[in-house]
Amino acid sequence: MTTFAGLSQTDLYALAGAALFVIGLYGLITRPHLLHKVLALNISSGGVFLVLVGIARRVPGPVPDPLPHAMVLTGIVVTVSSTAFALALAKSIYTETGHAVLEPDDLEETGEVSRG
Amino acid sequence: MPRVTPMSPAPVRIAAAAICGGFGVLLARALLALPEDEAGLAPLIETNLEASGVKHPITAVLLNFRGYDTMLEIAVLVLATIGVLSLTVARPGTWAPVAEQADPVLSALARFLAPIMLVVAGYLLWAGEHAPGGAFQAGSVIGAAGVLLSLSGYARPVWVTRFALRAVIAGGFVAFLGVAIGVMSAGGALLEYPAGSAKTLIVLVETLLTISIGAILVSLFIASASPAEELRRRMEENR
Repeated sequence: MTTFAGLSQTDLYALAGAALFVIGLYGLITRPHLLHKVLALNISSGGVFLVLVGIARRVPGPVPDPLPHAMVLTGIVVTVSSTAFALALAKSIYTETGHAVLEPDDLEETGEVSRG
Repeated sequence: MPRVTPMSPAPVRIAAAAICGGFGVLLARALLALPEDEAGLAPLIETNLEASGVKHPITAVLLNFRGYDTMLEIAVLVLATIGVLSLTVARPGTWAPVAEQADPVLSALARFLAPIMLVVAGYLLWAGEHAPGGAFQAGSVIGAAGVLLSLSGYARPVWVTRFALRAVIAGGFVAFLGVAIGVMSAGGALLEYPAGSAKTLIVLVETLLTISIGAILVSLFIASASPAEELRRRMEENR
């Protein structure tokens, strides 16, 4: 199997997945805009799927473990459902309050003001 | 109204970076500590594939070995759809027919592509038994066909009432639940298909799931984006 810096291909996929998960987590915490939060959640989910698909390949032989693959398929559908519901909630928050940000008073003013 | 590009205060960002970074390191160490060449559950699935009623291991896991996962998954999908539809139900006119206002080239292309997409969905559903494919893939293709039609200005046909739409959305889950309760009342465990009829039941559940998932994805898209409503609003503004 191809290796890179002592890491096998499956390790690289799993580590890239872990990195994506952490990037999404950071975005979820630090971005108050609801659309950013939904996007960050999706990046995290993508990381989880990459980890699962990566470690499914650790089995000996040419065929990967089908169980993590089935779990990824289930996970994609759950992500789609939660994304759709989160977007609908964000849209109604925007319709009701005029902004799509949680606790807008706490925000640091960055000076970047655009017409919404 | 003015909109501030949102950003958390610097202390929050630094703390979050520290926590996420630390967690990332732990996660990486845990992943690298996993044993190499561990067979996992793959041999178990391989041995029981014969009894599952289908020939593709992933379909066997989804619809037979871990059928309750898939049942709860479609339940989550139906719940999300109920949530989205109830958030948007207050606004009338979402389904207004606007076909005559659509771009003629776009609507002709959509008319040409939609039947092909339905055939592809049917193929994917059939292929799921022995090759990559299955209900969710087929349902997404139906959903994509619906999204394409809706973006090209086609509205829901009049004969599809609100009740019919909701019945189709719930249909896949209800069928799955019915099969689960049916085999339990026949003396089996939850979703333990009786020997011999596993394939028939799986194909039945998958077919109804495909139709449901297609309807769910189209409803989620239209309820969130409401292109027909948007188009009509723009028309009225231009008038």
